[in-house]
Amino acid sequence: MAGGAGAQIIVDGLVKRFGSFVAVDGVSFDVARGEIMGFLGPNGAGKSTLIRILCGLLRPSAGRALVAGIDVTEDPDAVRQRIGYMSQKFSLYNTLSVLENLRFFGGVYGVPRDRLEERIRFAIDMAGLAGRETSLVATLAGGWKQRLALGAAILHRPAILFLDEPTSGVDPESRRRFWDLIHTLGAEGVSVLVSTHYIDEAEYCNRVALITRGRLIALGTPFELRRRSLGAELLSIEREGIANAIELVEKAPGVHDVAVFGSALHALVDDAATRAPALVAYLAGHGIAGATARRIEPTMEDSFVHLVGAATRARGDPP
Amino acid sequence: MKLRRVKAIAVKESLQIVRDPRSLMIALLIPLMQMFMLGYGINLDIKHIPLCTYDREMSQQSLGLLKRFEASRYFTLRKTAQDYAELTRDIDDSSCTIAIVIPAGFSQGLNDAGTGTVQALIDGTDSNTANIAANYARAVISGFSGDLQLQAIQRRGGTVQTLTPVDVQARVWFNENLESRNYIIPGIVALVMAIVGAQLTSLTIAREWERGTMELLVSTPVKPLELMLGKLLPYFAIGMLDAAICLALAVFWFDVPFRGTLATLLFTTSLFLIVVLCIGYYVSVSIRSQVGASQVALLLTMLPTILLSGFAFPIDQMPVFVQGITYLVSGRYYVTILKSVFLKGAGAVELAVPILCLALYAVALVVLAARSFRKTLD
Repeated sequence: MAGGAGAQIIVDGLVKRFGSFVAVDGVSFDVARGEIMGFLGPNGAGKSTLIRILCGLLRPSAGRALVAGIDVTEDPDAVRQRIGYMSQKFSLYNTLSVLENLRFFGGVYGVPRDRLEERIRFAIDMAGLAGRETSLVATLAGGWKQRLALGAAILHRPAILFLDEPTSGVDPESRRRFWDLIHTLGAEGVSVLVSTHYIDEAEYCNRVALITRGRLIALGTPFELRRRSLGAELLSIEREGIANAIELVEKAPGVHDVAVFGSALHALVDDAATRAPALVAYLAGHGIAGATARRIEPTMEDSFVHLVGAATRARGDPP
Repeated sequence: MKLRRVKAIAVKESLQIVRDPRSLMIALLIPLMQMFMLGYGINLDIKHIPLCTYDREMSQQSLGLLKRFEASRYFTLRKTAQDYAELTRDIDDSSCTIAIVIPAGFSQGLNDAGTGTVQALIDGTDSNTANIAANYARAVISGFSGDLQLQAIQRRGGTVQTLTPVDVQARVWFNENLESRNYIIPGIVALVMAIVGAQLTSLTIAREWERGTMELLVSTPVKPLELMLGKLLPYFAIGMLDAAICLALAVFWFDVPFRGTLATLLFTTSLFLIVVLCIGYYVSVSIRSQVGASQVALLLTMLPTILLSGFAFPIDQMPVFVQGITYLVSGRYYVTILKSVFLKGAGAVELAVPILCLALYAVALVVLAARSFRKTLD
């Protein structure tokens, strides 16, 4: 799906420094037409900085970024004409009505006059804001605002959409609805680059890039990331108060990695079938009886926690 | 440049202004308030100087002299003191600026020796007022002595030469009654325009940064020049409305004679408005906080216009070095133009130099403001 002449976004060795702080550290990837690419990572990982560089809002310190085939440092205005952007912070005008905001962005993006009303109609229907056209934006609830912002970002039919944590602070119902919209756009051929720190949302993407401390530490379909990145099998160990035994489990034979998940421990082992009974016996031998261990399918969260931990250890940084 | 985008921004900005009571208030009420406050507050004519008298003689002549003080429009009698202590107190607490003391034996001296002395105690804190008070007091007293001489000569049956050998026939042009208000008010119009103009635009870019709307705006294809024009247009309209209010108040409320043409007035006012709007815009771009930008804009416009525009303090009385600096103050040209248009009825030809200077200033600031905005978050 990725790469080749059809790629809408090509990022190659991108670096962004703020003084001595490296916010983006040699990131490379590309996004195909109609692909929904997710940026997953903790706050401060450099997701927003990357998106801002691709929108031409920040200049990269090194590396190259082509958006719609145009170098973002050479002709940022040509890039801006072809993209839609939703910033992390809501940035429509609160004292203007829904319609006034859309007219404004239609004008600024130069949507042809004879198409404008039709595009606005489309955006309002898509955002489910019919009947609220004359409401001031300040009076709208969070999910509605978010959909309106998306509507404003696609008024000019951009080929590429950048959405920076579009669903943060929005209720689950609205989040689902928002993702449906993103998939509709993807199906129409719009490339969508969306950042999130909700791990479950990564499952909705065609491909996911895991980003932490400015580095891209893994890239693949959610399925690939869950399976192959781990390179091992996963056991869920359950017992009351088992979280306190994390250090003990770490030292058990055949265990690569352990993390706390709710009230259980998730242990990464070389072979689930043999290690599950061995671990139960090992715990009992250390005075923790009655624990259960069963093989589970790794989730995105398992994969993410493992990969971030591995990347951190590889760099010798404190966790 | 696309007019479509300029229009979109101008419409959006106008809607925001209309829905933001604070900016509307700055736009319309502040100039009114300032015109009244400054128009009445700043008055360089000294009349009705508070006067205190202490008559130690209470003779017909001493009372006659004091009557003349009371009758003068330059003095207002505040108090008749009974001793020196009371007099001193009145000057100390500023209830009077000048005190006239007539000594005991005043009329006797006049009758016997033909000469008398009157004491004037003047509060010199404000040297200008003190000077003027002393001069007015001298004038009242010399009028009194002149009449005394006349009476004395007439009593002796003599004739009086009524012609003064050399007389000045002074005729004042342009401000016939030497009303300081007539030349201060046009200056105040310039001052109010400078303050309000820069205030209007000082918030416009900073507000978008503060509210986070700028991030989206710079991600659109809008060009810096389009953004500036779109943002300045609505404020230009408001600024011209403010100018109309101020100028109408000057003519119809403060009765300043208007002898020029409306065309000259409107043309030069637009030029000055462009200058101050661009100052505010430039500050707003440079300082991304509304409070900071508003304060800097106030400082940049109010101080130079008050001190260095010549609106109240004559430029030719300043040290040469300071005079040089005044050429950098846009208000200087507009104040010159306004005073001449109002009082002298000067037209574009007579005012070619200051108009040209103001126009150059406007062009320079438009360029500066347009180049200041960078579409980046760096």
